[in-house]
Order: sequence, then C-alpha cells, then structure tokens
Amino acid sequence: MSPLDDFLLRAVLAGTGVALVAGPLGCFVVWRRMAYFGDATAHAALIGVTLALATELPVVAGVALAALAMALTVSLATGRTYAMDTMLGVAAHGALAAGLVALSLLPGVRVDLMGYLFGDILAVSRSDLLVIWAGGALILALLVWRWRGLLLATLSADLAAAAGIAAARERLVLTVALALLVAVALKVVGALLITAMLIVPAAAARAFAPTPEAMAVVAAGIGAVASAGGLAASFRLDSPAGPSIVVAAVVLLLLANGIAAVARRGGGRGAGRG
Amino acid sequence: MSAPLVSAKGLGVTRGGHPVLRGVDIAIEAGEIVTIVGPNGSGKSTLLRLLIGAERASAGEVRRAPGLRIGYVPQRLAIDHTMPLTVARFLGLAGGGREEREHALQRVGIAGLGGRQMIDLSGGQLQRALLAHALLHRPQLLVLDEAAQGLDQPGVARFYRLIEELRTELGCGVLMVSHDLHVVMSASDRVICLNGHVCCEGTPTVVSAAPEYRALFGFGTEGALALYRHEHDHAHAEGAPGHHHHPADAEA
Repeated sequence: MSPLDDFLLRAVLAGTGVALVAGPLGCFVVWRRMAYFGDATAHAALIGVTLALATELPVVAGVALAALAMALTVSLATGRTYAMDTMLGVAAHGALAAGLVALSLLPGVRVDLMGYLFGDILAVSRSDLLVIWAGGALILALLVWRWRGLLLATLSADLAAAAGIAAARERLVLTVALALLVAVALKVVGALLITAMLIVPAAAARAFAPTPEAMAVVAAGIGAVASAGGLAASFRLDSPAGPSIVVAAVVLLLLANGIAAVARRGGGRGAGRG
Repeated sequence: MSAPLVSAKGLGVTRGGHPVLRGVDIAIEAGEIVTIVGPNGSGKSTLLRLLIGAERASAGEVRRAPGLRIGYVPQRLAIDHTMPLTVARFLGLAGGGREEREHALQRVGIAGLGGRQMIDLSGGQLQRALLAHALLHRPQLLVLDEAAQGLDQPGVARFYRLIEELRTELGCGVLMVSHDLHVVMSASDRVICLNGHVCCEGTPTVVSAAPEYRALFGFGTEGALALYRHEHDHAHAEGAPGHHHHPADAEA
C-alpha cells in the first residue's frame, strides 16, 4: 500500500500544492488590488465545468479556458463604461449565476455542485494531485521567470517602460497565471473561495516581510500552514474542508497582525503599516 | 553631429477627441541638458512618456538609438502600502551589484538608507532614491519628470546641480520637465517651451526673451536668469537641431 492511498495525505499534499502557488501569486493580487478581478476569474470556473462536461474535455482544461476567457474579456473591457469595481462585480456574479444555470441545464449529468463551489479536497485523486503539482510548478516557473518585470510593472508602468518592459505584457502574464491557478485550485477550495486563498495568506505575510520576495515566501508558508491546520480542524470537527482552510488562514492573518502590533508597540520598527 | 539618442517627428496625441500634443519635433543628443517647460496640461509629461515608450503616439513616430539605456525619474511613485519594498531592493530592480547600489545611494546623497522602506522615505529622499534607481540603469539618457517636486528651494538648486554633475560624469543626455523656471533656465543647454505644440525652443537666453515664452510665463524669471547667464556665455555657439528663435526674432 502506497502512502498516496491515504486520502488524508493526498488532501494535505493538494492543499500544500495550491498554497505554495497561491501565496506568491496572491501577493500580486494584493499589490495590484486585483481581488475583484480574481473573483471574476474564479467564478467563471462553473461555466468551464459545464463546457467540459458538455464536450467531454477534461474539467481542468475547460475551467482554465473559461477562466482565461473571462480574465481577458474583463481586462479589455474595464474602464470603458462603468467604474472598475462595478464592471468586475457584474462579471463575477454574472459568471457565477450563468455557470449555475448552465450546469442545471446539462441533460443527464449529476454534478456535485457543493464540490465545485467550496472544493472537495478529501476526494482528491492521484491524477488530481498530479494536475495540481504540475500546474502549480508551471505557474511558479512563470512567476519566477517574469519576476523582475512583474514587480517593475506593478510599481509603475512608466518605470517598467523606461527599462524596456511592457506593463501590458506583464499584466497578461498575471492574467494567464491566475486562470491556471483557478483551474488547479478548483478541486481544493472551490470557485467561491479561491480568491480567499490568494489574498488572505498574502495579506497576513505583509506584516513580517521587508521585501516583495520575502512576502511571497512567507505567504506561501502561511498558506501551507493554513491548509494543514484547516484540514486537521475539518477532520476533528467534521466541518467542510475548503471553508475550514480559509478560516484557518484568516485566523493566521489576525494573529499576524496582532503580533505585528505588539512588536511595534514594543519599540521595534515593524515592517507593517496600514 | 552624432545621431540623436532619441528623436521624434510630427508627434501627436489625441485623447477623447482632444489633441494633447500636435506636430512636435524633438531630438536629444548625448551630453546635452534639455528642459521642457510649459503650463499645466501642456502635454509635458505625455511627451516624456511617448519618448520613453510608455505611451503610443496617435501621429508621428519616436526613434530611439538601438539598445538605448534610459534612466527615468517619475514625478512620484505611488507604492501601494501592501507592498514591502526596501530602498536596496528597489535599486536592485534596476540591476547592478551591492557595491554599485551603495555607490549610487552615496552619489545622490542618501547613503545608508538602503534598509529603509520606500514608503517611509520623505519626499526628497524618495526623489533621490528614484534618481539612484535611474542611475543604476547606467543611462545614456536620463529623463526626469518634475523630479524636484516637493523639495525646498535650496533642495531644488542642489538637485539640479547634481543633475548637471551627473551629465558630466556619465556623458548622458538629460531630458527633463520642470516647473522650477529660474533654476532650470540656468541649468539647461536648451529649453523647449511646450503648450500642446512647441511654442519656442533654443538656449535659455533666447527662449526667455521669446514673446511666446513671455506670453506664457510673464517676465518674472528674467532677473533670476541674469544671475546665471554668464555661465552659459561660452557654450552654445553651434546651436542644436530644430527651429530656433534667433535673438533678432525675439526682439521683433
């Protein structure tokens, strides 16, 4: 019996895999104020699921395609007629509702709706694990490869341009990475909670990090701890795993800010502000 | 004369149906300091952004020397509070090793601030950190957009003196936008007066006497200019490309 036969170990590995990628990517989501954008992208996942089930495409591929299409559409359309947050709100909730309707219209398919909305980490299979870790590695490689350009473009599009880096191209890299993450993380935390895995660990890491790189690494670590902690809590309390992981991450965020506040009062110059 | 570092012909930008810039010809050579002056909304920053490639023109074209290294100092840098960033890490984004970074900090007068968070810097320190970042690109062309904004009067004068020294040290061209008319007039080889189009252009002496310039800025800067005029008596016999107002024109 291989250790991977244990569903709990598979769940831990799946959660860790997603957390290690969501942490660094989530930092950009936080720095660039893309939380709503993340929602819109993630909520398109249900449309992708429908697409995949209707065409017998792998679910991961359908979700990645739908998320990417949504992300590209939204980034092209923002700022035209409505304010950004209005536009993104329409896209996020519209996509969610459309996905739910489309799924219900699929003839003869019984789907685990709760699983798609909140994740089904305890049902992660070996092939799911492979997808999560391979996809995660791809996203991380993309981030590492473009790191300097991504940071410069995030700081200032003009600074990036002067250094020969097109900010629009870097934004596209992030958009693609985000769509991939949605596809990879759907099984673990579900469409509704993916954004939480992006922004909560990153926000928690802010208090302890002097540099962007440190923040990315700490966010990955906090995410991994949250996923293990959430799973443990879920096992004991018999609570749903995905939401438990997010609750664990929020608890870590509160702890982090508490510790940072105490450290600041203690006379040390804390890195955290605001 | 060598090819210019950056040049543009017939540059135009239209935003929301309104022309922001039209028919702008400009060329910057190595070793010269060119300053763009003009009222608010005259398209100064837009012109800089076109020249560094941050924005596309609706008309005309920009030519940059192949492989041109640009050091750009923006008007300000709005760093999101959620991004931790030390001065040293910010400089690292421009390249260069540890020693080069420390040298750059020292050169701009904020040695020892490498460990500071960018968001904790004062306005003047931030401008200097931005300048150090630009220097680490080993620029052939230094582009500054109202870089002395927020500095006090002596600070402004020191800042522009530093720019002049850097020009000499690096042999780079300098293109800047500024509101600090009297200081700029003393520190520039060539001044371009912009108001949607190039109103007038030439040495500081010529431009400050041009009726177009006086129509925009009045006569207030004349006295300050006189203080510095002697420094420039020797320099500009050869002139620079573009259409100039000759002193005779200006008198007319």
